[in-house]
Amino acid sequence: MINLQNIHKFYGAGSQRLHVLKGLDLSIGSGELVSIMGSSGSGKSTLLNIIGILDSYDDGLYELADIPIQNLSEKQAASLRNQHLGFVFQSFNLLPFKNALENVALPLYYQSVSRKMRNRRAAEMLERVGLSDRSVHLPGEMSGGQKQRVAIARALVTNPKVILADEPTGALDSVTSQEVMALFKQVHESGKTVVIVTHEDDIAAQTERIIHIKDGHIVV
Amino acid sequence: MIIDNLQEIYFTLRKNKLRSFLTAFGVFWGILMLILLLGAGKGLEKGIEKGFGSDDRSSIWIHTGRTAIPYKGIPHGRYVQFTEDDLAALRREFDDIQYLSAENLAGQRWRRTINVTHKDKSGAFSVLGVADEYFNIKRFIEYKYGRTLNILDADGLRKVAIIGTAVRDRLFGKGVDPIGKEINFHGIVLQVVGVFYDPGRDGRMDERVYIPLSTFQKTFGRSNKIGLMTLTPKPGVDSYALEEKIVSFLQQRHWVAPDDVRGIRSNNKAKQVEETTLVFNAISLFIWFVGLGTLAAGIVGISNIMIITVKDRTREIGVRKALGATPLSIVSMVLTESILVTAVAGYCGLVLGVGVIELVAMMVRNAGGSLGFFGAPEVDIAVAIKAILILVICGALAGLAPALHAARIHPIEAMRE
Repeated sequence: MINLQNIHKFYGAGSQRLHVLKGLDLSIGSGELVSIMGSSGSGKSTLLNIIGILDSYDDGLYELADIPIQNLSEKQAASLRNQHLGFVFQSFNLLPFKNALENVALPLYYQSVSRKMRNRRAAEMLERVGLSDRSVHLPGEMSGGQKQRVAIARALVTNPKVILADEPTGALDSVTSQEVMALFKQVHESGKTVVIVTHEDDIAAQTERIIHIKDGHIVV
Repeated sequence: MIIDNLQEIYFTLRKNKLRSFLTAFGVFWGILMLILLLGAGKGLEKGIEKGFGSDDRSSIWIHTGRTAIPYKGIPHGRYVQFTEDDLAALRREFDDIQYLSAENLAGQRWRRTINVTHKDKSGAFSVLGVADEYFNIKRFIEYKYGRTLNILDADGLRKVAIIGTAVRDRLFGKGVDPIGKEINFHGIVLQVVGVFYDPGRDGRMDERVYIPLSTFQKTFGRSNKIGLMTLTPKPGVDSYALEEKIVSFLQQRHWVAPDDVRGIRSNNKAKQVEETTLVFNAISLFIWFVGLGTLAAGIVGISNIMIITVKDRTREIGVRKALGATPLSIVSMVLTESILVTAVAGYCGLVLGVGVIELVAMMVRNAGGSLGFFGAPEVDIAVAIKAILILVICGALAGLAPALHAARIHPIEAMRE
């Protein structure tokens, strides 16, 4: 599903040039639940950005669902993200002025799905994460765990193949973290590929495979 | 899609009430000023327009005087006298003339008014005999009562007159309808058939009595003599060329030297109109310049605020992009906001501006139609449409830089913690 070969990524230019990813190879199969671990500055965020088509890479080859991710226009990248990827962020990144239902429906808006259809699919997704009763609440009126569940519903609403989660439990207490992880496992069981970036060992331990990254390389 | 967009705009505006208000105020003020300036310009124009008086704006008036140059053995100082034969000759020779008429003023050279009476009231007024078509040329007069003079009056040598409101006020009293009543001068009795209002020459045009030329000639014993001639060219005719040809034709007829400018003089109203039009074009240009300048300041304000808004929303825009928003959708989001704010604020300015102008216009009308050189201000629909177009364009321009800025925001922004 996710196939990276000899990926290099540099930041800056000239003498300030920083070699972040140094020929990284990584393959994640369809339906896997993996975690990526690494210390700050190891390049794990950069890797996640590349996998999420949020950032470009300088050398190598990245294929997502057999589509080569290379020289994309912003529009193409946006469309691929919208169709194939679902994002879950550490700080949830829900739009504060939209209620839970509208937040979940937002990715469908960018697929030009009709308003009625959007709301129906978003409501189904909220039900799946157990938040039907919160659909008209604004993010400010919800707890952290609830917000993250809304965010997961938003990531799932376009029915993507891959869910990318960046420190999804970083802002949550341990009980809520377990709830969220249970939800990720449930998503994984429905056949999705789930990639979780984390620095918490107990979170990583709950995944099928742990990928350690250090100094721009995968550590086996 | 539109609803979502509007909802978001509403939210961002509500979140920053003071900022939104101040921004919108800039555009509101700009449009208000533009509309007021344009209205005032129109008022000024109408004020000056009144100064052109009641004559057709293209009319040519031909006067006579004493010759200044001896010609063909005739010494200078001879008085040139037009007769009705000149009218006929002009009619015959010049196809380009639309209306042709003449007037003859009663009284001696040194005394241009005569005593007109009604019962025990009297006043000194100008009495003019006017030929057919005269009121086709002096066409900007308003008839308060009755009718104008017509060809039957002239043919029948009828003793009828139309009088200015100033004459009416003096002889009959203000607000009285004098139709059918009689006025006297030189021992003859004329029936008033119409009352007109002509504010020209500071009201002196209103102190006139017009009677048919034939009646005039009979009354004052002027046989077929006429004082001055007036004419208008047909539409599309070069009025200056026509004026020149007619003057030289009349010079030949009356044995006046071609370079004698005293014997026969002409006054072409088109020239005055042309000069004032030039001045007004300049004033109008100036008004648009100042008005648009004020508006531009408002637009820059909007642009500024939009840039700050976009910066504030960097993260949100990043999240939207991560979720699949294309750069175009982001541009349209920001542009819609900018155009909406500009349009609403500008529309308020437009409405208030028109309101103020209508109020002033009402006051000016109540004050007698004119405050010196300043007539009633006015906005026409074309100006309003132009203003709205300008608003939309300005809104788009104001939003353009911030929108492009927003479109360049990297989706990685969503990942920053």
